[in-house]
Amino acid sequence: MTNDTKHIVLKTEQLSIGYTTKKKETVVASKINIELHKGELIGLVGANGIGKSTLLRTLTNVQNPLSGHVFINTINITDFQPEDLAKALSLVLTEQVASKNLSVFELVALGRQPYTNWVGNLTEHDINSINTSLQQTNIEDLKHKKCFELSDGQLQKVMIARALAQDTDLIILDEPTTHLDMYHKAYILKLLQRLAKETNKTILFSSHEIDLAIQLCDKMIVMTKDNVISDSPCHLISKGVFKTLFPKDLIDFDENSGSFRVKK
Amino acid sequence: MPNSKTYKISFLVLILILIICFFVNISFGSVSIPLKSIFNSLLGSADNESWQYIIQNYRLPKAFTAILVGSGLGISGLLMQTLFRNPLAGPFVLGISSGASLGVALVILGSGFFGGVFTTLLFSKWSVVIAASLGSFLVLLAVLMVSSKVRDTMAILIIGLMFGSITAAVVSVLSYFSSAEQLQQYIFWGFGSLGNLSWYELLVFFSIYVVGILLSIVSIKGLNTLLLGENYAKSLGLNIKQSRLIIIIATSLLAGTITAFAGPIAFIGLAIPHMTRQIFNTSNHKILLPAVFLFGAIVMLICDSIAQLPTSDYTLPINAITSLIGAPVVIWLLVRKRKMMF
Repeated sequence: MTNDTKHIVLKTEQLSIGYTTKKKETVVASKINIELHKGELIGLVGANGIGKSTLLRTLTNVQNPLSGHVFINTINITDFQPEDLAKALSLVLTEQVASKNLSVFELVALGRQPYTNWVGNLTEHDINSINTSLQQTNIEDLKHKKCFELSDGQLQKVMIARALAQDTDLIILDEPTTHLDMYHKAYILKLLQRLAKETNKTILFSSHEIDLAIQLCDKMIVMTKDNVISDSPCHLISKGVFKTLFPKDLIDFDENSGSFRVKK
Repeated sequence: MPNSKTYKISFLVLILILIICFFVNISFGSVSIPLKSIFNSLLGSADNESWQYIIQNYRLPKAFTAILVGSGLGISGLLMQTLFRNPLAGPFVLGISSGASLGVALVILGSGFFGGVFTTLLFSKWSVVIAASLGSFLVLLAVLMVSSKVRDTMAILIIGLMFGSITAAVVSVLSYFSSAEQLQQYIFWGFGSLGNLSWYELLVFFSIYVVGILLSIVSIKGLNTLLLGENYAKSLGLNIKQSRLIIIIATSLLAGTITAFAGPIAFIGLAIPHMTRQIFNTSNHKILLPAVFLFGAIVMLICDSIAQLPTSDYTLPINAITSLIGAPVVIWLLVRKRKMMF
């Protein structure tokens, strides 16, 4: 996956993230400079509580940065109108959908909302786009099933299909592999890799599946206590970044196999 | 769209049933009028003047009121269930009716409490209507404020129940100071009634109702987006604050005016959307909204026909009938489906 196009989809400049309360400012991470290109699959990894969610929330304009900027397609994220941002960025969240009574088709169709008219009528173009997303995620056979009939793995595919139907350059997924078994974790990440290649979309996901991410991602963003580094997995391994990811008392990173080992 | 054909058939059937129920409803009453004469009086060529008077000035407005009440409460229940992501939400459960009752209690019973000029100024049918609307709007606003702070939807329902208790308490305090006549008037209002509206009142009712329905129609797309949850809705470019406000205004207009004109009608708002979902098997508001409209109107017409106690002189309180039908339906849904969905 060499990038013949160097088109930058998401870029941060000296981004500092965290929370402000009345009394003080809590900085979670600072000096974040990342560039994500078209067609890349990017994994965001880091220990629990390191600020992955805060970073994703900032990148998706759910919360404001403490300082610095986020650009999507060279436009500052805070300058977007909500409808326009919905056409540039789609999300797959950890939360369950509110109504599981929706059919798969209906749910994926909701991804077309930014494009439909005031009452949400689907045009032929919308329906084609929904069907394409269903094909790309291999869930055409589930089309008329209700969401409450689906397994966690199937539901995750449906949510990804919905994000695809939203037809955005950038898809961000928050821990898409939690609650899934080993096979489906690999399946979902492999699916994301294929989608990034086929659709030339930029797909960013946060995950605790570091082993899988190393094998599948074009680029990884590693959050540690001291800094946020983004590079290709190979470079990150040779720089020894993964060794700094966790406290060393229990597990250690094995550079040869690219995976973590429990200390005996 | 899938299944659009089956939807069309269901809609046609519902419209047919609605028309039948409408005529059945008109033909029931303490005075028995033959069906042929009913059609004649509707066409304006009645053979009996008093029959024509009964139909034109009593039964017709009552049937129309039933349609407005049933459809309006059903739709406001549908809006509440989607907005609060809670299948148990409805104008009754969330305390909107309690708010209206509190407003009415303050006007009917409070006139004795406050006395003097206040009495003559406030005491009219319109003051009851305005008090009920204001009361329900304020309660909804309070529920909304709490819901923005409390993430737990159960808490919101409990707050609705608390408003009910507060109302009951205020009413008992007020009733201590009010005359038997006032108390009776309040209790009769609480029974609910579809039959007391003149054509002029019906027109006012209808105008506000139409605004509520229009706001609901405008919200269809937003409501569908909200089925995904608020964060997804936001990521789809929905202006949550604005749509939430429109939905709440629509609900309080509908539930508020209905309670104002017809008294607190229990369970229709909660049960109708669930029954409709059973029939249409969808959560898409583009289908559900008209379906709830039709189904609510049908059920209300049936309830009112039952309340007439055919072939007798008695009229049962409509509120009791809707509870008798609504509560078992909710229990049945919970037992059979194990789970209520929206």
